[in-house]
Amino acid sequence: MSVIESPRTGAATKADVGIIDCDVHPLPQHSKSLYPYLARRWQDHSEQFGTHLRQPFINTTQYPRTAPLICRRDAWPPAGGPPGSDLAFMQQQHLDPFHVLKAILIPLFGNVASERNQDFARALATAHNDWQVAEWLDRDERLRASLVVTQDDPVAAVKEIERCARDGRFVQIMLAPRSSEPLGRQRYWPIYEAAQAHGLPLGIHSYGIGGHASTGGGWPSFYMEEHYATTMGGPAVMSSMVMEGVFEKFPALKVVLVEIGFAWVPSFVWRLDRLWERMKGEVPHLTYAPSDYVRKHFWYTTQPMEEPARPEQLRRCFDWLGWDRLLFSTDYPHWDQDDPSYAFKMKLSPAERKQICRGNAENLYRF
Amino acid sequence: MPKERVGLVSEIPPGSNKVVTLRGREIAVFNVGGDFYALLNRCPHEGAKLSRGIIVGLPESEVPGCYRLSRPGEILRCPWHGWEFDLRTGKSHCDPQGLFTRQYKTSIEREAPSPDTCGDGGLTAETFSVIVEEAVVFVEV
Repeated sequence: MSVIESPRTGAATKADVGIIDCDVHPLPQHSKSLYPYLARRWQDHSEQFGTHLRQPFINTTQYPRTAPLICRRDAWPPAGGPPGSDLAFMQQQHLDPFHVLKAILIPLFGNVASERNQDFARALATAHNDWQVAEWLDRDERLRASLVVTQDDPVAAVKEIERCARDGRFVQIMLAPRSSEPLGRQRYWPIYEAAQAHGLPLGIHSYGIGGHASTGGGWPSFYMEEHYATTMGGPAVMSSMVMEGVFEKFPALKVVLVEIGFAWVPSFVWRLDRLWERMKGEVPHLTYAPSDYVRKHFWYTTQPMEEPARPEQLRRCFDWLGWDRLLFSTDYPHWDQDDPSYAFKMKLSPAERKQICRGNAENLYRF
Repeated sequence: MPKERVGLVSEIPPGSNKVVTLRGREIAVFNVGGDFYALLNRCPHEGAKLSRGIIVGLPESEVPGCYRLSRPGEILRCPWHGWEFDLRTGKSHCDPQGLFTRQYKTSIEREAPSPDTCGDGGLTAETFSVIVEEAVVFVEV
């Protein structure tokens, strides 16, 4: 294919206020890129055994994704390596033209949260954090990191949080929603205690092979079902954290649902509120209605933006969620990424656009 | 409608495209099995460059479980969200009335010898005549 590129012009004008991108995925250049951050013992393990993920298919994901590595077809760096692996190209293609003031990295490589060998998982989590610092944060001051932890081993997770939090450039603790148990369970509470103590929100990103089917009825047939089934983890996370009393115990804890959507939240919470009014005796440890906890403790990234046929319906959804709860994200370099100039199909005032594209993240992450 | 020169047919082999900027607009000219189609190089959904998409066919099915691939090489898939466009019309496959990318007319003509070419002997004239023999692609903008 012969393609002559011209410089990007004009398209980013609506985002000239500068955006904060709350979901950017860095990838290692190759499978051994994390070796400098792994002990020799785990390098050998990686060579001899590889990862042991809780998933039903060996050496592949459950579905043929719509694009190679689920990435934009124009995001492959000219110098080689997979999308998201070349900082210079990321700057040229994404950070500069979109006027990205801050970008929060969310590394998904290796599926640390799904690794069954917990010693290896701990080593991988540490390696991911050191790799983010050395190869990303230190090379572009716009970048911030998500703290990778082994959520199935909260004691080790807390140690890793203590080790990394002092850096100041880790802005949230990353958890996967397809967890071993619903995320409200007390086994995870040490992580939440550390998160609250360090003022770090939880960033719960809709990925994670996790061993569990994306639906309660098992594995669906098509990727189209899987892609939006990731949203189904959202209500499970939200109801578990509310009902188990996480926010009674940790009243300053903040949760960001990343790439889990947001339009499902109002109807889901209406239902929870009605149930709570009738059955609150079952959960007497809750002081407030579920909607009160949700409004106080949850934030949502915007990508993939819900696109109703009548775009103005989105405004009513934002009204319910709270305009201060939406954090703009692109999901660069994945195929379903959102361009801030086009993502909102409804009209936004400059103030509204600035609040969602920038202001809310500045407040939440204290940029 | 004024015609703008895109380039030689030989520059755009079947299955490929060439991007030109004409009057401030980026236009991607595709060779679909020898026929040329020109589309605005911007996906109407979120603005991705259509020139970076892949060209595919159209899977069709009368009933679940039976599939056939039709129109190979005629459908362009956006490099981002996978919106599919009919290269021959610019219309979205899924929503042909509601979503389409602007299409421009193309034509293939022989290029007239440029009057200001100052041929300087046989060699130059021969080289120039080779260029004149090539079919040249134009686009109306």
